[in-house]
Amino acid sequence: MLSLDFLDDVRRMNKRQLYYQVLNFGMIVSSALMIWKGLMVVTGSESPIVVVLSGSMEPAFHRGDLLFLTNRIEDPIRVGEIVVFRIEGREIPIVHRVLKIHEKKGSGGLSTAQSIPDVGTLQNGDIKFLTKGDNNAVDDRGLYKQGQHWLEKKDVVGRARGFVPYIGIVTILMNDYPKFKYAVLFLLGLFVLVHRE
Amino acid sequence: MNTVLSRANSLFAFSLSVMAALTFGCFITTAFKERSVPVRIAVSRVTLKNVEDFTGPRERSDLGFVTFDITADLQSIFDWNVKQLFLYLSAEYSTKNNALNQVVLWDKIMLRGDNPRLSLKDMKSKYFFFDDGNGLKGNRNITLTLSWNVVPNAGILPLVTGSGHVSVPFPDNYETTKSY
Repeated sequence: MLSLDFLDDVRRMNKRQLYYQVLNFGMIVSSALMIWKGLMVVTGSESPIVVVLSGSMEPAFHRGDLLFLTNRIEDPIRVGEIVVFRIEGREIPIVHRVLKIHEKKGSGGLSTAQSIPDVGTLQNGDIKFLTKGDNNAVDDRGLYKQGQHWLEKKDVVGRARGFVPYIGIVTILMNDYPKFKYAVLFLLGLFVLVHRE
Repeated sequence: MNTVLSRANSLFAFSLSVMAALTFGCFITTAFKERSVPVRIAVSRVTLKNVEDFTGPRERSDLGFVTFDITADLQSIFDWNVKQLFLYLSAEYSTKNNALNQVVLWDKIMLRGDNPRLSLKDMKSKYFFFDDGNGLKGNRNITLTLSWNVVPNAGILPLVTGSGHVSVPFPDNYETTKSY
C-alpha cells in the first residue's frame, strides 16, 4: 500500500539525505516566491495575477477565470480598459470596465498646458474615473464608499492585459473550503519531503 | 502502471499538459493579428442641457445628447480565438477644467456567431453624457470613435480603435424645451 512505501523510503534515508530533502523543499518555495515578486516588479502591480470572483463581467469573464494585470505608470487609464480596483476599506478587488475619465493634465504632454487653477480637491496630473461591470445595468457608484463618486489611480490594482479561462477555480475552491486547502498543502508538503528524487 | 491510482495520475497529468499546450497554441497563433477595421460614424443630432449634478463640487453640469449612426463590418476580426467583442462608442474632448475627458456613450457585446455587420441608425446614447463641469457648451471639437475590446478564448485582451472617427461641435446654447 502507499503508506508502507513512504515509510520504507523514510527509514532508508540518513540524516544528510533528510537535510537535502528539506533544503529542496525550501528551494522550491523560495523560487516560487522569487517568480511572484519578479512578476510584481515587471508588471508594476501589487497583484499581477487575479482570479475573477463574480459574474459581473459575463459573458467575457466567468467566476474562476485568471487575469494577468499590469499597472505601469506610463500606461494611462483610458475608457474601455478593464481595471481591477479596490474600494477603500474593502479587501476584495473588483474587475470592471472604465466608463468615463476626466484627467486634469494630459499624460501625452500638452505643450501648451497652462497652470489651471485647482478645481475641487484634485491636483494637476490627476485622473478620476467611473467604472461599470459589463453584466450590470448601472455604473458602480452604488459600490463605492459612501460619498465617493469617482475612483482614482491609487485605487487601481492593475489593468487586465491577458486572460486564461477556468484555471482559477482551484483558488475559489480553496477559499470556499479551507479544509480542502489545508489538506492539499499538507499532502504536497509530505510528498516533497518524503519523495527521494 | 499497474494500479488504478497511477494510471489515473498519468492520465490526469497528460490531459493537463495537452490542454496547456492547446491554450498556449491558441494564444500564440493570434497574438500578433491586426484587429482594426474601418468604421463609419455619423451624427445626426446634438442637444445640450445644463442640469443638476450631485457627483461633483458644482451644482449644475452640462449634459449632452447625441443621436448617431454607425456602420462597420467586423467579420474579419472573428477567428478561432475570439470569444466576443465588446464594442463601445466613446466621446473624447478637452475642456478648461480637464485636459482630457473620455465618456462612453454606448456599448454592445457582440459574441462569436452574432451578426458581425453593424448597421445602426438613429441610435440614442445609452449612458448619460455628463461633463465634469460646463465644458460642453460651445465646445467645437468632440471626437467620437468606435473601439472594441477583443476578448479571446485565451490570450491577450487588446483594445482596438476602428479607423474612422467623426468630430462634433456642440451648440453654444442650452436647450430649454423638454424634447429628446
